[in-house]
Amino acid sequence: MTTAVSLAGEVRTGARPARDVTDEALAAVRAGDDRFHTFLDVMEEGARAQADAVDAAVAAGRDPGPLAGVPVALKDNLCTRGFATTCGSRILEGWRPPYDATVVEALRRAGAVVLGKTNMDEFAMGSSTENSAFGPTRNPHCTEKVPGGSSGGSAAAVAAGFAPLGLGSDTGGSIRQPAALCGVVGMKPTYGRVSRYGLVAFASSLDQIGPFATTVEDAALLFDVIAGHDPMDSTSLPSTPEPTRPGLGEGVEGIRIGLCRDLVEGCAPDVAARVQEAADALAGAGAKVEEVSVPEFSYGLSAYYLIAPAEASSNLARYDGVRYGLRVDGDDVEAMNTATRTAGFGAEVKRRVMLGTYALSAGYYNAYYAQAQRVRTLVMRAFERAYESYDVLLGATAPTTAFDLGAKVDDPMAMYMNDVCTIPSNLSGHPAISVPFGTGDDGLPVGVQVLAPALGEALLFRVARAVETLAP
Amino acid sequence: MSDEKVTSSLSRDDVVHVARLARLDLTEEEVELFTAQLRTVLDHAADVAALDLSHLEPSSHPIALENVLRADEPRPSLDRAEVLAAAPAVEDDRFRVPRIGGEAP
Repeated sequence: MTTAVSLAGEVRTGARPARDVTDEALAAVRAGDDRFHTFLDVMEEGARAQADAVDAAVAAGRDPGPLAGVPVALKDNLCTRGFATTCGSRILEGWRPPYDATVVEALRRAGAVVLGKTNMDEFAMGSSTENSAFGPTRNPHCTEKVPGGSSGGSAAAVAAGFAPLGLGSDTGGSIRQPAALCGVVGMKPTYGRVSRYGLVAFASSLDQIGPFATTVEDAALLFDVIAGHDPMDSTSLPSTPEPTRPGLGEGVEGIRIGLCRDLVEGCAPDVAARVQEAADALAGAGAKVEEVSVPEFSYGLSAYYLIAPAEASSNLARYDGVRYGLRVDGDDVEAMNTATRTAGFGAEVKRRVMLGTYALSAGYYNAYYAQAQRVRTLVMRAFERAYESYDVLLGATAPTTAFDLGAKVDDPMAMYMNDVCTIPSNLSGHPAISVPFGTGDDGLPVGVQVLAPALGEALLFRVARAVETLAP
Repeated sequence: MSDEKVTSSLSRDDVVHVARLARLDLTEEEVELFTAQLRTVLDHAADVAALDLSHLEPSSHPIALENVLRADEPRPSLDRAEVLAAAPAVEDDRFRVPRIGGEAP
């Protein structure tokens, strides 16, 4: 498949009209997405209008932007003005946001063409995209398997070749895990590095928007476009990011890499073997690779599944049938609120809202919520210690390759275990990336994860590029 | 935190109570199912709840956040008609809701 870098190059020089690229992409989705269900809704008109604007800029000799004419698949929890944004939930069905997310504006300014909105676990709660109210997405490598989640639609759309780029959100691994299962690159930036204005909130101290791509260079290109300060997001970091793309090819000579035992041990043998091979290959390329143990990571999963539901129970209180979305009538306000939420939320959202409400309720707050926040401190300190000795850490992204549709839907704890390797970086707010590295015994893709300290995106992409180059 | 429960004893009644707080109506089957499922998650969290972490401060955020202020200048807000168009019920440019409990109609 054509990369975003080469596609934008062709469009920028006028060698290929953006309109042709867009029409081809739209036709491919129309013809092929029945098999995978990666998109919930395709923005035919908007995409063509954006492509025409790019072609007009090229014709007039104006700079059409670094992503000129590149189709992008957008997770459906990113607001698009006047265009349905459902978060995979019945409660937002038919809602048309009155504004664009900042990342959507950034994409348009860069000349990208937003192709449509992709499927996801309802409100980003899940690891398989089976919790979508609109039906599951299937893995393009094997349609009997899940694509991972919660950003499974964007990951699968990129893997299926519908768009070279996608955007997702990552609260506990929701970009990196589906990237691993679909055999594409997926990256979670540092907390605050990318504006979340217009990202529908799940767990506000953890959520971050990030790129999907087929190559590390494409992911870096998209990251550079969306990174930066935004006065509309009070958690947005004030500093100006350095572009990450220029240093991509500098290699790993002398880079200290900690092969994190705790991010490999619980994984399937074929996944663990690929991670070890990646570590050996990086050592062969000149990196100083050592094994390291960060036992504190083992508490991350439990802490996450208290913190994220607690924040979600508060964030999702806004779905009350008053200002937008679904309303189911009742005799008084409370009955209307209850009827609306009961009809509008799926089972996993109800579970998490109740779990979070419980963890925050009188008598349990200290035992569960405050304790989980102390574990968060513990994990952050453990990262600090590890980064005294290592520049980056290496591990698996997901414990297994893609699993069967339906295999874990009735067992929430088994589903949550998918996030065990990705959660530490969300708790610490650090950047991390999943890069495809070979396949498992079943022939399905395996992802290797690189983790870096806060604002270490340039180094993260550089090491990821090396992993990509060394992949079998 | 010694005065608080650290092992999961989540009961059926707890689930019913929490569902009411969260404005969710559960069927009998859902109460049974969610009680069992949430208990499993809380049991998994028991190892964390049992740790002595009294020497650590809780972290609510991954980065040090400071209050952010902007100049107090008027600027355009969202378009009222566009916002109200998304509401389930509107009257006189306001969100219309059913009777609020206890008030006379």
